[in-house]
Amino acid sequence: MEPIIRVENVHKHFGRVHALRGVSLDVQKGEVVVVLGPSGSGKSTLLRCVNHLEVYDAGRITVDGILLKSAQNINAVRREVGMVFQSFNLFPHLTVMDNLLLAQRVVRRRERGESVKVTEELLAKVGISEKSDCYPGQLSGGQQQRVAIARALAMNPKIMLFDEPTSALDPEMIKEVLDVMLALAREGMTMLVVSHEMGFARAAASRCVFMDEGQIVEEGTPERLFSSPTQQRTRDFLSKVL
Amino acid sequence: MPSQGLFGGLGRAFHRRPADASADSTEAQAEINRVPGAELSSRLDPWWWLVAAVAGIFVLLIIFRSDPYLDILLFVRDGLAVTVLLTLASFVFIIFVGLVGGLGRISKNRFIYLVSTLYVEIVRGVPLLVQLIWWYYAAPVVIQAIGRFLHIPGLAEFRSNAIFLAILGLVICYGAYMSEIFRAGIQSIHKGQMEAARSLGMSYMQAMRYVVVPQAVRVVLPPVGNEFIALLKDSSLVSVVAVADLTRRGREFMATHFDPIEVWTLVALLYLIMTLFSSRVIARLEKRRAER
Repeated sequence: MEPIIRVENVHKHFGRVHALRGVSLDVQKGEVVVVLGPSGSGKSTLLRCVNHLEVYDAGRITVDGILLKSAQNINAVRREVGMVFQSFNLFPHLTVMDNLLLAQRVVRRRERGESVKVTEELLAKVGISEKSDCYPGQLSGGQQQRVAIARALAMNPKIMLFDEPTSALDPEMIKEVLDVMLALAREGMTMLVVSHEMGFARAAASRCVFMDEGQIVEEGTPERLFSSPTQQRTRDFLSKVL
Repeated sequence: MPSQGLFGGLGRAFHRRPADASADSTEAQAEINRVPGAELSSRLDPWWWLVAAVAGIFVLLIIFRSDPYLDILLFVRDGLAVTVLLTLASFVFIIFVGLVGGLGRISKNRFIYLVSTLYVEIVRGVPLLVQLIWWYYAAPVVIQAIGRFLHIPGLAEFRSNAIFLAILGLVICYGAYMSEIFRAGIQSIHKGQMEAARSLGMSYMQAMRYVVVPQAVRVVLPPVGNEFIALLKDSSLVSVVAVADLTRRGREFMATHFDPIEVWTLVALLYLIMTLFSSRVIARLEKRRAER
């Protein structure tokens, strides 16, 4: 089967820093792929290249059969790819409800009645229906991140990207966000997740990818990767985080 | 809120002695618990009293010293209208130029960036008075010369219109400063906001319009208010280029009646009332924005 995300030999430079050094990765529809690695290993950069928040220098990225290249293609891809950020990035001047409605209205051009219905369903799904009239600043970090997930889902994406979604959260709020992500994974959503949550990787990941210094060092099922890593660099990293 | 501290503090000190205040601990506690700004919406901003006081002095002068103050006022009133209209009309265009210039200053397009930066740097380096004089005396000659050169009769017979050229001069000068204010305001919005909007499939302009600019407006409101008040005062410079504004009408009255103290006191009071009033309106707008 044709993979829904195909990354082929992608390179990316930031000035003199060679952030991605020939990364190739295929993600099948319905797969949950967790990307691990030390900070600065290029895992967030890889994720951001998939929806073109970063422009890669060489190689090819194809998402749902569309080659990421021209501006028109980028918007077509972005409509199908939801993104969740470490720092939530909710729109602080809009209520929770309007955060979800905005893109439905201006990008999907949905009617108000329909978009309100979609929004209410999604807020119920992530468990914050009662906060729909609050502003993001009035919510806890965990609640904000759940709203951010709902906001991305409102566009009916085929793929969800998560860029360290729990790294900015207090420990007691991590679980509520991971539970939402877990439920999403069980529904068959294709997910590419940069995270250090080993529990989540074990419970949800179909595959784990270990990156270091801009390269994919090793990949495999979470059980295999965590219990018997073949590479020394993977062993070093896992011994620090497990 | 410093204004409240000044007047509210004076009011409390007046009503009860300090010993009482410290003894009454429950009331002191209630004072602390009060949300700042919460009671302000129901009570008028105390600085309005300053506006009222200046306006009061003005009215007293008009009534009790109607010769010459009422005569001066009647003489300059059309100039007052010109000053107000000139300021408001210019400001609308300045906001527009500032928004375009501000977006140009952060554009990734080299050419747009170059043009807007050149504009800002050149305009900021020339005094406003010199710019106004240039637009009034030099620009029409330049336009006529171009018209003759290109054989366009409309341009060759270009007749200068003082008000139009004054507005043009003010808009071009203040537009440059406003561009920098908007640029700073837009750049103060975290880039994650743009990324979030773009990752939802919005175009750059949609993201600017619905996400970044609305947040930037809140940031730039105080400096934009400052610009408005500065513009109101600087509009007096157009009196040099044949616009019959408040200042020019004052000078005309003085030329025939020779009473500088009365004329310029009244003109100064009129400007002061307008600026104080504007600053109150701006403060109110800021507060309403901040309550969100």
